[in-house]
Amino acid sequence: MCLAVPGQVIEVFVEDDVHMAKVAFGGISRRVCVEHVRDAVPGDYVLVHVGFALQRLDAAEAARIFDLLTELGALQDELAEQDGDPRA
Amino acid sequence: MKYVEEYRDGDAARTLAAAIARTVTRPWTIMEVCGGQTHSIIKYGVDTLLPPSLEIVHGPGCPVCVTPLELIDRAHAIALRPGVLFASFGDMLRVPGSRGDLLSARAAGADVRVLYSPLDALDLAVKNPEREVVFFAIGFETTAPANAMAVHLARKRGIKNFSVLVSHVLVPPAVEAILRAPDNRVQALLGPGHVCTVVGTAEYEPIARDHHIPVVITGFEPIDLLEGILLAVRQLEAGEARVDNQYSRAVRPEGNPASRQLLAEIFEVSDRKWRGLGEIPGSGYRLRDAYREFDAEQRFDLTTIETNESPICISGRILRGACKPTDCPAFGKACTPATPLGATMVSNEGACAAYYAYGRHLTGHLTPQDAA
Amino acid sequence: MISCPMPVSGYDRVVLGHGSGGRLSAELIQRVFLPALGNDILGALEDQATLPAIAGRIAVTTDAYVVRPIFFPGGDIGSLAVHGTVNDLAVGGAVPLHLTAAFILEEGLLLTDLERIVQSMRHACQACNIHVVAADTKVVERGKGDQIYITTTGVGLVPDGRVLSVHAAQPGDRIILSGTLGDHGIAVLSCREGLEFETKLASDSAPIIKLVEVLLAAAPRTRCMRDPTRGGLSSALHEIAAASGIGVELDESAIPIRDEVRGACEMLGLDPLYVANEGKLVAIVPEDEAQHTLAALRAHPQGQDAAIVGRVLAAPRGLVTLRSRIGGTRIVPLLAGEQLPRIC
Repeated sequence: MCLAVPGQVIEVFVEDDVHMAKVAFGGISRRVCVEHVRDAVPGDYVLVHVGFALQRLDAAEAARIFDLLTELGALQDELAEQDGDPRA
Repeated sequence: MKYVEEYRDGDAARTLAAAIARTVTRPWTIMEVCGGQTHSIIKYGVDTLLPPSLEIVHGPGCPVCVTPLELIDRAHAIALRPGVLFASFGDMLRVPGSRGDLLSARAAGADVRVLYSPLDALDLAVKNPEREVVFFAIGFETTAPANAMAVHLARKRGIKNFSVLVSHVLVPPAVEAILRAPDNRVQALLGPGHVCTVVGTAEYEPIARDHHIPVVITGFEPIDLLEGILLAVRQLEAGEARVDNQYSRAVRPEGNPASRQLLAEIFEVSDRKWRGLGEIPGSGYRLRDAYREFDAEQRFDLTTIETNESPICISGRILRGACKPTDCPAFGKACTPATPLGATMVSNEGACAAYYAYGRHLTGHLTPQDAA
Repeated sequence: MISCPMPVSGYDRVVLGHGSGGRLSAELIQRVFLPALGNDILGALEDQATLPAIAGRIAVTTDAYVVRPIFFPGGDIGSLAVHGTVNDLAVGGAVPLHLTAAFILEEGLLLTDLERIVQSMRHACQACNIHVVAADTKVVERGKGDQIYITTTGVGLVPDGRVLSVHAAQPGDRIILSGTLGDHGIAVLSCREGLEFETKLASDSAPIIKLVEVLLAAAPRTRCMRDPTRGGLSSALHEIAAASGIGVELDESAIPIRDEVRGACEMLGLDPLYVANEGKLVAIVPEDEAQHTLAALRAHPQGQDAAIVGRVLAAPRGLVTLRSRIGGTRIVPLLAGEQLPRIC
């Protein structure tokens, strides 16, 4: 149910009428069915579960959490200063 | 690996943990629904970074451990039929039924193969035309599109020697059953990120509204889980109860429309029995009539099998989050991964198996101080 | 590679007669085994090997090799058998001297495959400066034996003064790993039907004899060593923790893992700590010897990725724990059986 891994699309092709892609995970690659993520192009990242692409990953949304982290980090530093924390 | 490594960053984890600690003013109980989230929490020790007033309980999101005993027995029986090539995900091989697991069926002469993808089962059927290939199609909504695609392609390509043994379960009815139980203590949910990638977030709106409970759709990496917990805690402290989407890089509110369409074509919702939780109406998928020829339960005529759950097992209460594995007297003693009594010890993702694997039967709650 | 100019009595596959001790057996020995593995002792074709006297403590090991597929990227069952056996001797501090090999062949095994395997063993033996001094062959019916099984015995000599023991680990000791985890297991999995994927990753199957000598020269007070084969690093460390009555704490960030192994493990849901290695060593070394030992290993071509991956604790005894990259802690359990890919 849960184990889906982001992989990068290396190439897309049609095999027997089915949209497929070669997807790379770190240093390995595998054929993945991309019938339900037909807009994925080489370079895109897709979420793959049991050899099937569930969705294309959204880079902008992925970056969002890092903005939150920057905010939180800044807040943490402020609070530490206020407390006279030597770690600040 | 991109989209993986950055979500395992130590500094980011500490920043989020500190933010959670600053936000929490009283005790809260949060449930993570999905077994993969449980696995990740324990693997990275996410819960050991949280303030003690925050309790994380593990939900029923393990399709392997909730697969009813009857279905395991049917799988075992089909695998032993002459001419059958029984293919399955690795997870199912060690789940014990009344007569043993699939590994023992293999030891007794069954041809049982581990596959990564249901689509590879189709290749097996084509390569072995004289055999009957049966694929054990388990999973939550996450796995359903791949299983559906296998059936769809079997029809399209006229592959006759292929069938699926379906044991799909749906998350929302199970979550409802948990929240409605009189001993429910769950105050917020970390929703199943990969399920929602497929089906979208709409089904969780009525859950949030009707039970007045925050639902944060969360991913699986430690940073995702920590952010999900932070968002849940913020809602709890503010008395809010809505659906938040932490896993927005993968989850869109509408999910994947193409997958939803294929699921509707191949499957229909049915009642399903959950090991440890009993029968939950409308909580599973079965093949539609139009695709009944691919149903292994129809293709192989099987007599009803009498199965009995262990009376000592409290996995139903554990699946609901009403108690933890360490509360069970059999945990780590009569009940171990090698000799499981019930659903939650049966697979790696079951809460009891996860606790056992990570040594909780020996140390209770493992804190950094314990290990020092 | 020597290729046999003529098939053995007109057969291109192993038949039951090759194991029956008669003419076919003799031809198999003459045409396939001796050209590859032959030496004065083996070539004498006695029922036993009479060896020169060994002065000192003798180390003996025995191993059985079953692997599917029998040819995999970076090796085959033959080279695996030789490397595995000499490595078992080497991690005990022994200098490998002699090998024996017994072959169980399945009826139907291609003779060209058998030749390839014994030639591979020849190269492996040459690289280790060792010979197969005794050998045996049996044939089983088709369907009763996974193509070929090889069982070996290795004999070595432990130099005076060298004392290594799995009981000797002490709190404060460091755990040194000679290189990347999981290469062999993942390389083999990459061509396993039903799980295949594309990769350039090859098995790390190799003799670690020289690496051991480098390690022991730098760290003469090394407590013990293991080659983390099946069950991976986890099993090796559990053995040591249990025998020495100590605990082990691993530092997740310090463990060297190749991108290919990481990617495959992510995809299949496997933990590299349990994946087999065939050319690595893990050593328990006193704290004050650790740093310069690491440097010595890294200077050796086989040890370039060596790392200090953990330390020995007084408690919790018998347990292997891991400090995760986000600062959390968990226990690394001993695997009950084979690690299987998962979807959950």
